[in-house]
Amino acid sequence: MSVITIERKVLEKNDAIAQQNRELFARHGVFALNLVSSPGAGKTSLLEKTLEHLRGTLPVAVIEGDVQTDLDAQRVARYGVPAVQIITRGGCHLEAHLIRDALANISLEGISLLIIENVGNLVCPSNYDLGEAMKVVIASTTEGDDKPLKYPAMFRNASVLIINKIDLVPYVNTSPATLKANALQINPSLLTFETSCTTGAGIPQWCDWLRRQALR
Amino acid sequence: MHELSLAQSIAEIAQQAASANGDRKVMSVGIRVGELSGVIVDSLTFCFAAITAGTTLEGAALRVDRVPVRAQCRECRTLCGVDNLVFLCPSCGSGDLDIIAGRELQVTDIEVNDEPGEQT
Repeated sequence: MSVITIERKVLEKNDAIAQQNRELFARHGVFALNLVSSPGAGKTSLLEKTLEHLRGTLPVAVIEGDVQTDLDAQRVARYGVPAVQIITRGGCHLEAHLIRDALANISLEGISLLIIENVGNLVCPSNYDLGEAMKVVIASTTEGDDKPLKYPAMFRNASVLIINKIDLVPYVNTSPATLKANALQINPSLLTFETSCTTGAGIPQWCDWLRRQALR
Repeated sequence: MHELSLAQSIAEIAQQAASANGDRKVMSVGIRVGELSGVIVDSLTFCFAAITAGTTLEGAALRVDRVPVRAQCRECRTLCGVDNLVFLCPSCGSGDLDIIAGRELQVTDIEVNDEPGEQT
């Protein structure tokens, strides 16, 4: 028996395509975000609020990832932005080649911000680079304040944390301060926002930051 | 459950290495898995056995080298382990740690039969 040394990254194929996506974004001056959360944390609602707030001030495009249906792309298209739906048919995360294929259906000409809404899942998407500038993780107050400790890889790999459903704090056993402290323990450089898609709280702050990043 | 697609990539990489080395029978595949890689090793092992069944890799074992999380403080340069996911420097208390190990997800090597005749 003999040993053949390999030393190759398991995700090398994905990473190579992600790099091509990243170069494409750079050529078009597009700031690309990978929006991740567990199912039901409010990714699509936050996306809708964001599109509403940015309307007319920043050219945005959206890639929607879901296991089934194009319901989210329909919701997003109402805001008059180019939107493409990726249906993973059971796949629990988006991969770089799916983004590459979706990009064939979107013109990035004139686009400043691309928001990729990943499949609702706090585990698998953390491993897959899509070519984005950064991952934004959403944790909602109804999920409890220990999410960052249970899913450390995602919170470690993200650059921004949005604590959503902040209006529900009086009704749930979640302390946003504890949630934030837990997240910062995993990743001290996380930038955090607190938002509510019902009251609109925090949306202007989040959108102002987004606009600054996209127009940089 | 992304372990199935990871198992597929591992099998592909191992298969390519075996082909490049005279199509010898692969006895085992070595992988390095960091504690922060988000991989469930039991699922990965199960998926690897399932997708290699009926292929030239059938029966090849997956040898898993788990890598604990290690970090270096960007403030005082202390090297430390990261226990219980507390990303704080034990020396100066800074949270500004550079993760230097624990994110790995690599195929390190394959063990192959030396005799071409041993092919099954």
